[in-house]
Amino acid sequence: MSSTVTSAADPTRFLRRLGEILPPARVLAGPAQLAAYESDGLTAFRTAPLAVAVPETQAEVIALVRLCHAEKIPFVARGSGTSLSGGSTPVAGGLVITLNRLNRILRVDAAQRLAVVEPGVINTAVTLAVASYGLHYAPDPSSQSICTIGGNVAFNSGGAHCLKYGMTSNHVLGLKAVLATGEVVEFGGASREQLGPDWCGLFVGNEGLFGIALEITLQLLPRAEVFHTVLAGYRTLEQAGDAVSAIIASGLLPGAIEIMDALALEAASAAVHAEYPPGCEAVLIVELEGPREVVAAQRPQLDALIAASGPVEARPARDATERAAIWKGRKSAFSAVGRLSPDFIVQDGVVPRRRLGEALRRIAEMSRAAGIRCANVFHAGDGNLHPLILYNGTEPGALERAEILAGKILHMCVEMGGSITGEHGVGLEKRDYLATMFNADELDCLHRLRAAFDPLGLANPGKMFPDGTAPALAQHGLHPLEKAGLISRE
Amino acid sequence: MNAPLTPTTLAELAAAVRSAPRVLAIGARTKPRLSAVAPDVTLISTLGLSGITEYQPDEFTFTALAGTPLREIAATLAARGQYLPFDPYLLDAGATLGGTLAVGLSGPGRFRFGGLRDFILGVRFVDGTGRLVRLGGKVVKNAAGFDVPKFFVGSLGRFGVFGELTFKVFPRPAATLTLRLPVADANAATQILTAAAGARWEIDALDLLPSTDAIALRLAGPAAALPLLAAEILTRFPGEILAAATADALWADLRELRWTFADGPLLKLALTPAQLPALAATVRTHAGRLHVTAGGNAALVSLPAPIASLGLPALTLRGPGPLWLDAPASPVIAAAVKTALDPQNRFPSLAA
Ligand SMILES: Cc1cc2nc3c(=O)[nH]c(=O)nc-3n(C[C@H](O)[C@H](O)[C@@H](O)COP(=O)(O)OP(=O)(O)OC[C@H]3O[C@@H](n4cnc5c(N)ncnc54)[C@H](O)[C@@H]3O)c2cc1C
Ligand SMILES: Cc1cc2nc3c(=O)[nH]c(=O)nc-3n(C[C@H](O)[C@H](O)[C@H](O)COP(=O)(O)OP(=O)(O)OC[C@H]3O[C@@H](n4cnc5c(N)ncnc54)[C@H](O)[C@@H]3O)c2cc1C
Repeated sequence: MSSTVTSAADPTRFLRRLGEILPPARVLAGPAQLAAYESDGLTAFRTAPLAVAVPETQAEVIALVRLCHAEKIPFVARGSGTSLSGGSTPVAGGLVITLNRLNRILRVDAAQRLAVVEPGVINTAVTLAVASYGLHYAPDPSSQSICTIGGNVAFNSGGAHCLKYGMTSNHVLGLKAVLATGEVVEFGGASREQLGPDWCGLFVGNEGLFGIALEITLQLLPRAEVFHTVLAGYRTLEQAGDAVSAIIASGLLPGAIEIMDALALEAASAAVHAEYPPGCEAVLIVELEGPREVVAAQRPQLDALIAASGPVEARPARDATERAAIWKGRKSAFSAVGRLSPDFIVQDGVVPRRRLGEALRRIAEMSRAAGIRCANVFHAGDGNLHPLILYNGTEPGALERAEILAGKILHMCVEMGGSITGEHGVGLEKRDYLATMFNADELDCLHRLRAAFDPLGLANPGKMFPDGTAPALAQHGLHPLEKAGLISRE
Repeated sequence: MNAPLTPTTLAELAAAVRSAPRVLAIGARTKPRLSAVAPDVTLISTLGLSGITEYQPDEFTFTALAGTPLREIAATLAARGQYLPFDPYLLDAGATLGGTLAVGLSGPGRFRFGGLRDFILGVRFVDGTGRLVRLGGKVVKNAAGFDVPKFFVGSLGRFGVFGELTFKVFPRPAATLTLRLPVADANAATQILTAAAGARWEIDALDLLPSTDAIALRLAGPAAALPLLAAEILTRFPGEILAAATADALWADLRELRWTFADGPLLKLALTPAQLPALAATVRTHAGRLHVTAGGNAALVSLPAPIASLGLPALTLRGPGPLWLDAPASPVIAAAVKTALDPQNRFPSLAA
């Protein structure tokens, strides 16, 4: 099944009709205006769209999608454009529909612990709006101060707390969406239970290929009362990995288990002036959270496990400031790596947790053999690796060599029984690897589902599936917002 | 109706689907109403597809064939200090893993960490064209492809026949402690359910008992912490701590549906705590019984005889009566998705 668009599309007529839906100030079509939308967080891919539409209401979004459908013009929904897989890269000749102005929190029901929000609401804005009730919205991608709930829903985004709390999908109770056909659907509702198939579950993670989410009902959780956060340094990555295994085997269920390797530590300490235990090849961050009585009972158990795992040094955070400092170092690690190298690629593979040590050893070997430096920061509790492949885009062939190494790492993840993406989505970047995880029948099944929601292939074509034409690969680098120090990668 | 087909391998399962124009999978038929379909439908039993195929305790995942009894899975996990936190129903009655996913029935433990939808990771299934495909993954985190495994929760076998499923599991808490909190009526119950759910205690299960005169509140975690939490809860809501044996019997009776009428309809509803008083009143007028679980987000209703409406959409799990009461409206996309997964309508429709 092809996702290309029939040649019947008439851009001139389309733009005229677009002008009947939105005032001129909310249709961007000049080259300078479009430049800002040419790429997303994966700056290697650039494409100029036909136009960018800036709707302010759900009715306008619906009218835009119906126009695209009538005129057979492809469209790409866009939140804050922080996708790291090229998911919100425009489609040539298509419309970009930005949702940032649909940023209303429509309803907070503290008793039922839910919030109904529009797609352009920023992730942290949800927690801010409900904090006074002692509630929070759990999914916490490290782009959370800037990324939108609509983007989170499209990518089923994760964060540092997935082991215990799951991904975005685990927190979406209900959805209203306009499908690529222009039909409006409502799935789920206010209850945490459901009858019949889980339509919400199917929609979340569709990478913008089904349609545009207009209204999202999010479940909220009581905020954890206290935390016990420990940072431990180890001589070797292996020892840090063994400590993770020991914690998992102990029956504890920490909120987060994260590891940074030496290169990532070097970058983070330069960036945020964090001091890590000297001579360490790896730092482990473990966090317990919950009611104070529970954390008090589990704390000695965790501390003993860590002491027994042979760390160079273990530092429990003594207060909220020290905890914040530990997380700041962790969350800044990726953009910090930008200081070590002009360019880098962030990968997002998953391996079975017990094979983390082996995976890291093989990544180190592959990186040595290729003569390319690779830093590692990862969600150890989930087996979710984020290797950062460093290169210099001005050196001829450097990007291509880095891409080859990235591809080898993804193949290794699949071969180990893992996945090509834990939380950043397939997008443009990994679409050629989808077939390493799924056979022809499985891909066909996914295609048929896509066609059910979008028979004309107008919603974000060329993403997820290895078809359509890829825009030119330019160069990797920091997202403009990272350069400005506004966000950092995880 | 002929005897069900009984494939013993995944290849035989796919062949069984292809062998007849209309088919439906069944497990142990603990919820027989769900597979009571027209006589021209060939039933495929998954009971020959049984066994855990992969279990790595340090991965927090297991993979098992669809016909594996939940009882076997629970025992295997327990031996390694782990569990499926959503407390699946009918362990003793022999319910299968596949049937449980298809019904989407999560027990009291779904309150804390979520239900089936929050623990299913991957499914190998036979679609309506008879092809065996695997979607989702075998690791705790995976974002590749559409999340069809989640869609299958509550799909009643109408979109595909599951052959093998991968679930996430959690470490079993060191201890549990159950409180019984008497309530005067359903309004009082709603108030406690709502207040307790928003509090700091990380409650494990929060149910209104079929006797409707008390709430059962379960705590789970380190043994030293639970009495301290319980003491504080009892200062907010009067009640008592149950002895361990009493508590175990209470939860086991709920799990095995021992409070229900033997022959009448058993229905599942999704609701909010605010809808509880009206539902309780309706159930009372029909001389029925009610177990409200998941902090007031789900209910099972048992009736002495079929009725036309409970005022909310309801699915009949067992007993006489139509499959749906006040059937929830199918989204406009339902027919297209059905065609995508089952182009020849081999599986019955959700309405039947
Ligand atoms: C009084 C009584 C009488 C009983 N009589 C019988 C009897 O006559 N025959 C008998 O076999 N058992 C009988 N049982 C056993 C009992 O019905 C089963 O143990 C039942 O618990 C388990 O069914 P299940 O949960 O596996 O799913 P089922 O009840 O078999 O199925 C539930 C739903 O899941 C779907 N489904 C099941 N497996 C799959 C799959 N792999 N893929 C896709 N969809 C699937 C079905 O289509 C159905 O919609 C009886 C029990 C009692 C208490
Ligand atoms: C520094 C940095 C750190 C990051 N850290 C993490 C992390 O920790 N965990 C993680 O999972 N990701 C992370 N990401 C990736 C990214 O932030 C997430 O994927 C995020 O969800 C994207 O949100 P957005 O609003 O920027 O969406 P966009 O990039 O604008 O869009 C993402 C996708 O969603 C689609 N889309 C957007 N809105 C809608 C809508 N309303 N309806 C339908 N489809 C829509 C787009 O078409 C596109 O396919 C990080 C990115 C950066 C740059």
